[in-house]
Amino acid sequence: MGMTITEKILAAHCGKDYVEPGELINAKLDVVLGNDITAPVAIKEFKKLGIDKVFDKDKVVLVPDHFTPNKDIKSAEQAKMVREFAKEQELTNYFEVGRMGIEHCLLPQEGLVLPGDLVIGADSHTCTYGALGAFATGVGSTDMAAGMATGEAWFKVPESIKFVYHGKLKAGVTGKDLILYTIGKIGVDGARYKAMEFTGEAISELSMDGRFTMANMAIEAGGKNGIIAPDETTEKYVKERAKRSYKFYSSDSDANYSEVYDFNVADIEPQVAFPHLPENTRGISEVGDIKIDQVVIGSCTNGRMEDLRQAAQILSGKKVHPEVRVIIIPGTQEIYNQAIKEGLVQQFVEAGAVVSTPTCGPCLGGHMGILAKGERAIATTNRNFVGRMGHPESEVYLAGPAVAAASAVMGRIAAPWEVK
Amino acid sequence: MQLKGKVWKFGNDIDTDAIIPARYMNTSEPEELAKHCMEDADPEFPSKVKAGDIIVAGKNFGCGSSREHAPIAIKASGVSCVIAESFARIFYRNSINIGLPIFECPEAAKNIKEGDEVEVDASTGTITNLSDSRTYQATPFPDFMKEIISAGGLMKYVEKKVKSNG
Repeated sequence: MGMTITEKILAAHCGKDYVEPGELINAKLDVVLGNDITAPVAIKEFKKLGIDKVFDKDKVVLVPDHFTPNKDIKSAEQAKMVREFAKEQELTNYFEVGRMGIEHCLLPQEGLVLPGDLVIGADSHTCTYGALGAFATGVGSTDMAAGMATGEAWFKVPESIKFVYHGKLKAGVTGKDLILYTIGKIGVDGARYKAMEFTGEAISELSMDGRFTMANMAIEAGGKNGIIAPDETTEKYVKERAKRSYKFYSSDSDANYSEVYDFNVADIEPQVAFPHLPENTRGISEVGDIKIDQVVIGSCTNGRMEDLRQAAQILSGKKVHPEVRVIIIPGTQEIYNQAIKEGLVQQFVEAGAVVSTPTCGPCLGGHMGILAKGERAIATTNRNFVGRMGHPESEVYLAGPAVAAASAVMGRIAAPWEVK
Repeated sequence: MQLKGKVWKFGNDIDTDAIIPARYMNTSEPEELAKHCMEDADPEFPSKVKAGDIIVAGKNFGCGSSREHAPIAIKASGVSCVIAESFARIFYRNSINIGLPIFECPEAAKNIKEGDEVEVDASTGTITNLSDSRTYQATPFPDFMKEIISAGGLMKYVEKKVKSNG
């Protein structure tokens, strides 16, 4: 029996030639990641162990991105604890405000995660790196602490589900629409504990940014990891960023899958997920008249260059609807700078939008755009749970950057082609 | 170990934002987190929950974020265990790691009602609803997880390993 790409990466990291679903393994880690919210808990646990140093100062990565620039005194204390730990451990990869980014935009950009890697992060969207053909999964702070201490973590080898996207995407349909559509089909626990392997013609055609968006939301279907086999697009992205060697894995033709889904992407239109679960998806033509108060474009899901360019295409030369607030958050300082060079930031500001320094901010109801009772937002983020962006009686609709930008102009959830 | 208490019943897909909203995560102090545990799902929960009480929920309990603050908040609020039809992966792992007893049992999760008095034998996974005398058997933990549980959580388990290697 052949192996899937997920099984091959796990096998390679526990010194075996072959693993199969259900097997418990202890695997070596290439990267252990934490942020300003999860790392403090992990640091406290790590210190209880009474060992001096993390397993490898190059492989523990800390990014203060959630409540930074510090939103209040308590957040400042948490960020300070992370900063001091990074200094005392002499970590190579600590990224300070002003030089950082949203972790899952930043790590691939910096070449810190590469194809074939095994990564754990104390953040559920760590699954983003599967877009590079790595096995990456979210864990809690205690697993992060154990990972920092030993460089290892235990895993149950997951079953894999194969998603095959046939055909060519319609104009204006992106990775975000594909993943929202998929979650709508299988539900928020449709891939619980399983690997989601994305394949097919439409995935081959997808840019790296689009692939990151898809893998990012595997957790929204309950997935352990999302993964896309590396190809020329991946090679082009990593070759100028990598500072160490990497390896391309792919699934065998006789690999075993618990389920296989075939989707014809020509049938898929831009998607919107209604409150309060990412599975409540509808095509844009079925949305109806939904007025909005706020638009958020950014996050680890859609805060990359391609996302900002899509938003700018709609917002350039237009004005934000008078009753709408628009917050645009580039994912990293590099993306921010590129957006300035391309004139996008100016276009956003002239349209009447706010452009923020990189932060997770409003995505998880932290800061930089919290909703009041009864308010409604459309966001390019990943979760629309009750109270996710603020008051428990506020609402979040999820969509891609083009729909979000069109909604900003129209004052209601709108299709990109409605903006004339 | 016998766990016993009154049941707080919740539905499907209770996410970690409902268990502990991110707006309170500028601290990781268990007592502070407990003050807001489950408040977006049931505003009365933090003030009315009593030591020993049991959360019973539907499928996919703890979906969403990786925040360990979620099981920490539940544990610090005095809840003795969580019984659900199924658990989201990271929440499951976190609960085992920090020593919050959890039991996967679809039958019990469906039949037990809000306010019932329930007793759980943590070592065998036998769930008894004292209100109607029905008993249920939770899915047993794999042996490897039993080792972590009996060590007293992941860090205690790792500590043993680190010391035996060193």
